[in-house]
Amino acid sequence: MTDTQTFQLDGATVPFEPGQTVMQAALAAGQYIPHLCYHPEFKPHGSCKLCTVKANGHTTASCTMPAEAGLNVESNVEEMNSLRRTLVQMLFAEGNHFCPSCEKSGDCKLQALGYDLEVHTAGFRHLYPDRPLDASHPDILLDFNRCILCELCVRASSEVDGKNVFALSGRGIAKHLIVNAESGLLKDTNIALTDKAMQVCPVGVILKKRVGFSVPIGERRYDQRPISAQALDDAPRQSDAGGSCAACEGNP
Amino acid sequence: MSKKLRVATTSLAGCFGCHMSLLDIDERLLTLLTLVEFDRSPLTDIKHCGPCDIGIIEGGICNAENVHVLREFRSRCKILIAIGSCAITGGLPAQRNHLDLGDCLTEVYLTEPGLAHGHIPNDPELPLPLDKVHPLHEIVKIDYFIPGCPPSGDAIWKFLTDLIAGKTPKLGHGLIEYD
Repeated sequence: MTDTQTFQLDGATVPFEPGQTVMQAALAAGQYIPHLCYHPEFKPHGSCKLCTVKANGHTTASCTMPAEAGLNVESNVEEMNSLRRTLVQMLFAEGNHFCPSCEKSGDCKLQALGYDLEVHTAGFRHLYPDRPLDASHPDILLDFNRCILCELCVRASSEVDGKNVFALSGRGIAKHLIVNAESGLLKDTNIALTDKAMQVCPVGVILKKRVGFSVPIGERRYDQRPISAQALDDAPRQSDAGGSCAACEGNP
Repeated sequence: MSKKLRVATTSLAGCFGCHMSLLDIDERLLTLLTLVEFDRSPLTDIKHCGPCDIGIIEGGICNAENVHVLREFRSRCKILIAIGSCAITGGLPAQRNHLDLGDCLTEVYLTEPGLAHGHIPNDPELPLPLDKVHPLHEIVKIDYFIPGCPPSGDAIWKFLTDLIAGKTPKLGHGLIEYD
């Protein structure tokens, strides 16, 4: 075992191994930093900015920031949470996020972050974009209305499935998710239900047909526990070998 | 004993589900009535809003009359609360926003079978629909938002009792819901 170095996160000492990012080290130590486009199994993307922290006084995305010995990181402070709230609000205003009619409600990371950050309204003027569905595939529905452009499906399809089914196209407000088929339709791609890309959508874009309400509303993932508690369970932990971790029982 | 707070409520482009949820506070209604008295509300059938401490509005803005009622509430209420998904995001009615209003009316009243005397309603008594459905905060300043479709009776109770007690209303996990 290498000599462990540490940094400070909201006053707690977080150990890290060389090569780890601030986010990886924090989650491994049982310290939650809010995030949306970050997924423990994929290369950090650094695009959603929900994980923005202050590191030695500078704001930076903690999912791409390499951990450094002695770094002083501020995350769970009102200034950062207020910025995160605004980011979540902008995402809600930009797409068509109608939670009451979304089958991902209760399992949605964007919604769960909204709950955790106490976002009561999008605040901004809603854009209500026109984004037709792609229901062409017999087993899979694509509802682009909810896409937040996190590229998790893009990363999963290329890095794990080796398929490149998904990509982002266009720039700025015109940026949107596309599929790799001349027709532009999912049915003409080689996507399969068993693909990793089927499992990673944090919102309700990539949906398996005919199972939408197999778990009732109110009994779903983030109905049970807030995302701040759930995300720590999902991440690889430094002390997982023993099965228990004192830091797991963190702040509610 | 301090004076009771005066509260007005209304439902605009909503389904009255949020008002039903308010009734879901059950016997706590009796406690609420020791703290507040209702002005304009479906519960009192008062038609216009007098000076109030709190206005609670369910539903978004889908027609001209909604705009007038919302502005009346804003001018008479010290604190205005948007309750429910429709008031906060436009909700289900706003799912027509990416479509052309004329196309919607044509589809419903002329193209689709089933209506006996298919024509687009044009009675002058009917308020004119707006081109798009809007959440309340796009029309007037809203002070507080209680999300949910509808918010649970417990969430409404927690929010109102916090507010009446002079605290910043806080819902927390299990009470803050968007669905």
